[in-house]
Amino acid sequence: MEMLAQFLGTEGARMIVGLVGVIALVSVNALFLIWMERKVAAHMQLRPGPMEVGPHGAIQTVADALKLMGKELITPDEVDKPIFWLAPIVVFLPVLLSFLVVPFSSTWIIKDMNVGIVLILAFSTLSVLAILMAGWASNNKYAVFGAIRSVAQNIAYEIPLLITVMSIILMVGSFKLSDIVAAQSQYWFVLLQPLAFILFIICATAETNRAPFDLPEAESELVAGFHTEYSGMRFALFFLAEYTNMFIASAVATVLFLGGWHGPFLPGVIWFLLKVYALIFLMMWFRWTFPRVRFDQLLNFAWKILIPLAFANLLITALVLKLR
Amino acid sequence: MINYFKEIAVGFYSLLAGMAVTIRYFVKPIVTVQYPRQKITMTPRYRGYPQLIIDSETGTHRCIACEMCSRICPSQLITVEGTKFPGEKQKRATKYLHEHYYCSFCGLCTEACPTTALEYSKEYRLAGFHREDFVFDHLVLLQKRQQAAGLPMTPVPTAADIAAAEAAEAAAKEAKAKAAEKPKAEKAPAEEVKE
Amino acid sequence: MIEYDIEEKTYTLNLGPQHPSTHGVLRVLLEMEGEFITKAEPVIGYGHRAHEHMAENRNYLQFLPNMGRVDYLHALAFNQGYCMAVEKLIGVTVPERAEFIRVITAELNRVSSHLVWLGAYLLDLGAFTPILYSFDDRENLLDLLDRVTGSRLTYCYYRPGGVPTDIDEEFITGTRAFIKRLRTRFADYDNLVTKNVIFINRTKDVGLITKDQCVKYGLTGPFLRGSGIPYDIRKSEPYSAYPLFDFEIPIGEKGDILDRYVVRVKEMEQSLRIIEQALDKLPNGPIMAEKVPKRIKPAEGEVYQAVETARGEFGCYIVSQGDVKPYRIKLRVPSFANLSILPELAVDTLVADLVAILGSVDVVVPEIDR
Repeated sequence: MEMLAQFLGTEGARMIVGLVGVIALVSVNALFLIWMERKVAAHMQLRPGPMEVGPHGAIQTVADALKLMGKELITPDEVDKPIFWLAPIVVFLPVLLSFLVVPFSSTWIIKDMNVGIVLILAFSTLSVLAILMAGWASNNKYAVFGAIRSVAQNIAYEIPLLITVMSIILMVGSFKLSDIVAAQSQYWFVLLQPLAFILFIICATAETNRAPFDLPEAESELVAGFHTEYSGMRFALFFLAEYTNMFIASAVATVLFLGGWHGPFLPGVIWFLLKVYALIFLMMWFRWTFPRVRFDQLLNFAWKILIPLAFANLLITALVLKLR
Repeated sequence: MINYFKEIAVGFYSLLAGMAVTIRYFVKPIVTVQYPRQKITMTPRYRGYPQLIIDSETGTHRCIACEMCSRICPSQLITVEGTKFPGEKQKRATKYLHEHYYCSFCGLCTEACPTTALEYSKEYRLAGFHREDFVFDHLVLLQKRQQAAGLPMTPVPTAADIAAAEAAEAAAKEAKAKAAEKPKAEKAPAEEVKE
Repeated sequence: MIEYDIEEKTYTLNLGPQHPSTHGVLRVLLEMEGEFITKAEPVIGYGHRAHEHMAENRNYLQFLPNMGRVDYLHALAFNQGYCMAVEKLIGVTVPERAEFIRVITAELNRVSSHLVWLGAYLLDLGAFTPILYSFDDRENLLDLLDRVTGSRLTYCYYRPGGVPTDIDEEFITGTRAFIKRLRTRFADYDNLVTKNVIFINRTKDVGLITKDQCVKYGLTGPFLRGSGIPYDIRKSEPYSAYPLFDFEIPIGEKGDILDRYVVRVKEMEQSLRIIEQALDKLPNGPIMAEKVPKRIKPAEGEVYQAVETARGEFGCYIVSQGDVKPYRIKLRVPSFANLSILPELAVDTLVADLVAILGSVDVVVPEIDR
């Protein structure tokens, strides 16, 4: 560390160590989340889930990942090859970069930018592009369906998401994630902005394409949606990106509403991860409870309910702040 | 306007009610059976493949090779052959083949059997690599079960046995026929006289 | 890349034969404009096994196991329909106890069929969990049926003239316990599914069928009753021991998917009522008619016998020419008629709606293909 610091300067060393850490975190996190998802689903459905590989199947996902790596990467004849190959990478990179600004604790943050929240929201939009690329290049009707649905859905849900985030930004007066967390040292914003929290969770679920908003990959309608034609490690990258997206969405929600690293007794990082995984559990809970919404209902819900409510919330916040 | 908010509230409440159900089941004990580790005992009437009953008195099967089962079978998958062995009143099965891969488990064979020689096996773990694995020779299976139960095994008649039995049978038949012929031959002239 | 003809405004989409929500090997050819369907055409026959032809080559008893394979979900009703037709042909009356056992087991089987539908339908709509709850219930039910019939799915239990094996005390207590259990589970299904706002939005006013359309297409079963026509063969042409029991025919109001769903759930409750009454009134006596010949060789003639299966009217039409083998057997299956309305319902709906409508038909594809 010190040698690296001498060579690159503290900021550079921080970046390198952080990136290595992030890549490790992303893969471990995805392996853990897939296992967790399977366990949560199983126990909600009165069955034990994976039990064979490792204690309670804990390293089942490692075995699955190895299997996926060993598989042949099939490129169908009719696909648009460059875009088809590029899409899994494009979906994965912005997810990695988003970790740059996530504050795990007051010190555990790779780069505390003053536009942190904007950066994360911008990168999260990029994944839509990847899904569109994947769906379009696959040259498969089901995949195109999935891709187009995904774009429409993300455009619709980005707006209420941004507006709810704005109401928090108004309260803090800074885009910096560490500032937002620091502002919640006394009480969490979820107590002040319960409506914004609910809206944010709904929008985040839709942004990460999770059930009940999993229309781009609705398997009972579109077989596998945009990744119908992907196999092996390429498919695994989409999978990895989905679970990492979940982590990031939950991390942002934790930062904005649940007080980030604040909490008694335990160190900040533990508190942060606990809150993130609690939110992820919530999203899994949604998935294994609800039927899927229909496409037009999804958009109606966004434009007729979420956006007006988010606007009302923003206006009320602004009004209260002004009057105070 | 009130309707709009009411709808949202009712909808939101219904979602929470659904989530309450799943979280309640989340903490309930699991109901599935962990198959290779745990097994379920089959019900008494479970219909596996048909097999020969070991008679509690004689310690062997009761099949008389009447072929009722092979005739009623919808898929015609049972092959029965039998021979009458010397010193026995009825025929005895010398071959009982069950081509299990055609079986639809209807149970008509066990119902048709006049001596109730067939019962259902409780075996359900049937998997193999070859089609031939599922041609069950019931006489051999019977031997295995007899061995497991500590009973003397019923020997499967060999071709030589069958030939000998058939020869003996034929000889006995001939002797009988001759015995029947003799009085006939004696009687015949008498009848002629009558006419 | 394939070069597309830009002049074309619509395109074809193959839904099936291997698609997660076509329940077997049904294929629906869709003509699409965007995500809207302009034309839908079901293509059937992938699972054709020539059951009707098989009947012509085997005797009456040998054809029995086939009936469990036509509709594997409500196999006992098909058993019953066929056995009753044969009984009519040879003029045998079934003893009362056997009729009661038939009613009990057939109704249990109806409940199990509806439970499968409930789970699979919610799976079509994207909810994963209900299918495991309903299968949990169904496993209990199958254990009961297993105890009586000896198999869990493709039953071959009834015989012309009665039933081959009697029910025991353990079955009766088990059935009562199951009825109690399922009634408590209905509340969970209500909270998880029926009241759920997403479910209601997906099903309300989708796949509307008017009464006229129902009659025109010859629809039967929950489809017909969901549109508000109280036609149930158990009431309109009572057979077996059904006239002895008190039960209602649930009907819907509008004829959309939600109505069909509600009708099916209520039907389960009515089935439980019938089973309870049958267990209370269960008479003693023989379970097999005495005069059934070992070799069934009916006189020349023809019969038709209809029964109500979980999906609608199943009719068995037998023509005999005085031989041990039937001359011709025609099976009138409900799913075939019910599916025929799909092209009309599918027009101007989304793919998601088509999946929902197809699920609400409750197709058992082997039954259509036979």
